[in-house]
Amino acid sequence: MMRVLSVLLFLVLAPLVGALLDGIDRIISARMQGRQGPPLLQPFYDLAKLFSKQMVAVNSVQMLLNLSYLFFLAVAGAMLFAGADILMCLFILSTADMFLVMAASSDSSPFATLGAGREMIQMMAYEPLTLLMAVGFYLATGSFHVGDIIQMPHSAVLAMPGFLVGFFFITAIKLRKSPFDLSTSHHAHQEMVKGITTEMSGPTLGIMTVAEYYEMILMLGIVALFFLDAHWWSWIIAIVACLVIFFLEILWDNVSARVKWEQMLGSCWGVTLLTGGLNALILMLIR
Amino acid sequence: MLVGWPVLIAVLVPFFHNPKTRGILAYVGACGVMALTATMLVLWLRNGATAVELYAETEVIDHLMLAGELFLMCLIIWQSIRHKKYPVILLSVAQTAVLIWSEFTHPVAAAPHISIDSMTMLMFLIVGFVGGLICIYAVGYMKAYHHHHTEYTDRTGFFFSMLFLFLGAMMGLVASENLVWMYFFWEITSVISFLLIGYTRTEEAVNNSFRALWMNLLGGLGFAVAIAVAAATIGSVQLDDVVVEKAVIPVALLALAGLTKSAQLPFSSWLLGAMVAPTPSSALLHSATMVKAGVYLLIRLSPAMAGNMTGMMVSLIGGFTFIAASMMAIAQNDGKKVLAFSTVSNLGLIVACAGIGAEETIWAAILLTIFHSVSKSMLFQAVGSIENSLGSRDIEDMHGLLLRLPRLTYIMGIGIAGMYLAPFGMLISKWVALRAFVDAGNILLVLFLAYGSATTMLYWTKWLCKLVSLHHTKVKVQDVTRQDQYLSMYIHAACMLLLCLFFPFLATTVVDPIIMEIFGTSHMVLSMSVLTTMAVMLMSVLFVPSLMFLLTRSTHRHYVPIYMGGINEGDNTYFTNSYGEPEHLYLSNWYLRFDFGMRRLMRPSVAAASGVLIVMLCLIIGGAV
Repeated sequence: MMRVLSVLLFLVLAPLVGALLDGIDRIISARMQGRQGPPLLQPFYDLAKLFSKQMVAVNSVQMLLNLSYLFFLAVAGAMLFAGADILMCLFILSTADMFLVMAASSDSSPFATLGAGREMIQMMAYEPLTLLMAVGFYLATGSFHVGDIIQMPHSAVLAMPGFLVGFFFITAIKLRKSPFDLSTSHHAHQEMVKGITTEMSGPTLGIMTVAEYYEMILMLGIVALFFLDAHWWSWIIAIVACLVIFFLEILWDNVSARVKWEQMLGSCWGVTLLTGGLNALILMLIR
Repeated sequence: MLVGWPVLIAVLVPFFHNPKTRGILAYVGACGVMALTATMLVLWLRNGATAVELYAETEVIDHLMLAGELFLMCLIIWQSIRHKKYPVILLSVAQTAVLIWSEFTHPVAAAPHISIDSMTMLMFLIVGFVGGLICIYAVGYMKAYHHHHTEYTDRTGFFFSMLFLFLGAMMGLVASENLVWMYFFWEITSVISFLLIGYTRTEEAVNNSFRALWMNLLGGLGFAVAIAVAAATIGSVQLDDVVVEKAVIPVALLALAGLTKSAQLPFSSWLLGAMVAPTPSSALLHSATMVKAGVYLLIRLSPAMAGNMTGMMVSLIGGFTFIAASMMAIAQNDGKKVLAFSTVSNLGLIVACAGIGAEETIWAAILLTIFHSVSKSMLFQAVGSIENSLGSRDIEDMHGLLLRLPRLTYIMGIGIAGMYLAPFGMLISKWVALRAFVDAGNILLVLFLAYGSATTMLYWTKWLCKLVSLHHTKVKVQDVTRQDQYLSMYIHAACMLLLCLFFPFLATTVVDPIIMEIFGTSHMVLSMSVLTTMAVMLMSVLFVPSLMFLLTRSTHRHYVPIYMGGINEGDNTYFTNSYGEPEHLYLSNWYLRFDFGMRRLMRPSVAAASGVLIVMLCLIIGGAV
């Protein structure tokens, strides 16, 4: 019963919370840059407008691939919030991403294809850490199941602080934050138009945006997983931790410039090895 | 019987020069192989699905085999002298000599030579059906092949003869319990693969075929020495005895033979070079036979490798090959090369699993073997047909293939999805392997698997994207694929989907009995609920896009041309350049050649793998002596 409720809450609330967080993000970013920024509810207005627009499309399959992207992201998130296997959840997450890459390259447009290529490199950059992180949870708690992980007497983060650092690093990729916003960016000025979303407009872009909100909540959910344990107050710590991580991502976004793909791949793999690999090695040795 | 039928066809085929009758004979042969395999399965199931042991006294056959071995040796010597590759002779003569010496000085007690248990039965099914379908495919393919490549002499009769002989040898290999018998079939597969690779008789083909020959003969030498040592020390040449006794040196040397045959680093180059041969032979080498022989032997040996030096060596080499080959695959734009690297990489994973030798890893290894056979055979056939239609197997030329060769593209799509997407079979096996590596406490393998999955994903995704991009070109392509080729590919595709859908069933009825036989115990590796969830997920991966298609089909859309930077000429293919001229749009994939190129990675990886192999072999043998 609790599980069904939790999944339903995720499916309904994730886009709303995501949009709200996006609004906060835009205000904080603007203040960091010395601007006033849009109103808090601006993402909702944007979405409403996107969905009210005419269906303009470059081909017949982009919409369905985008819908599949949304569907699988929702499934991946639902698996996390239902307390299912975290490894499976992460596998589904990369399957979802695959649909986005296919949607972008289906139109054979130069800028979207370029963005799709960069998105693939991004997937390759973050994937090792996500797999290792699942292994880390297994080593720290003895289970891949989210339901078991949150019932532990102590938070998982005590055993796996390295993974949290690594996860912070790759979350910048997933949230499309600078310095890793290679495939598309929230900022308008860039060398490849809008990258992966170049050929998406109106409702298609709206669906893509909603999907990104699901993804954002999924990532924050994983951050929370580091902190949750059997105590009720761990939930408060987890929510605070999510907000802190989210703020740090915004800060990082605003103080760094975009890097080239070689640097992204090298730094992500290197950080993964140093944080995740080392942490996993220590956990295996003391097991 | 299963050995005899393909050999009979192999002997008959060269006598038919008319392509039509030869084609019919090949159909008969292939169907016969499949029918025999099916009958065998039914009979075996009726007998209670227990291990059957046959041929305890085989004086005559043993002498025939000895003659056969001498014949193979002479064949190799003749070929080597003809092509001036003398060092190969040494390897061949050495192993035959070792074997004969061992047979005369260390006689062993008579014991069953053939043993048929579930693992053998599974291999029968793979060899019979995948191999049989490849033979059917080859009938159509070879016609088109020689239509395109008029520069090569048409030796189709010889080619088919070799294909069937290969199937026969493979059947014999997996059924053999006696190592001497197994060695005989092992040598036949080495020699036939050499002949198949050299089919076109170009300089490249001859060089590559000799590379395949010397590497496999090196493994064969290891095999022969292993037999001699086993006969001398434990007084038996039965595979079972070697495994039960955990005889260190024979197991290590047999593992070496398995590594060469399954094309692990540093021996990968022979399989990559095998690409010069016509596609059916590549499909056969990569999916149903040859490399699977190596994997089969390693899985058989796995209980003797659990937790010792040999196991560590095998799993390290396998894990390293998995990641190194998947990185090199990124930089390839030749479709068959990508498939070859992916075979090497996937075999690496299977070998790593076998090296760990725990129940979970063998479970994963067997499932990986099944899925890999079916999807790789299908992919090779599809690429071969695409090559015959397009005149190229460059992935760059496959841009927008969905519009040009839709049927072949769907087949490719199923194959690629089966190779890496969640929740298809390969991925589930990878999942189990990851968990088993963690339980075995092997951090290196965990890292190899984590990074290797990422690189694997990249090279498949970019290929898939190339296929699905809706790019209209003016160049018309005619699909020259014949009906028999499609038949074979459709059956493969259907098998692939069914295997994925009935995954829980497959796991409990096929894989668990094998684990039971190898380890004596068997427990649920994945709970039934997880497996069922997986099947449900699979349905959704297949049906969600189709459902979305139906839902969105009715919506009214306003179609606009894409944004191209320059002015779009209106057909999404040409844009106006700065001189006002129309310019053709050309989109290339990412290959990251300077970072992941074969030129950069091959030498260091071969050096590292050989270092590990030599040092560990010395340690193992030194430690045992």
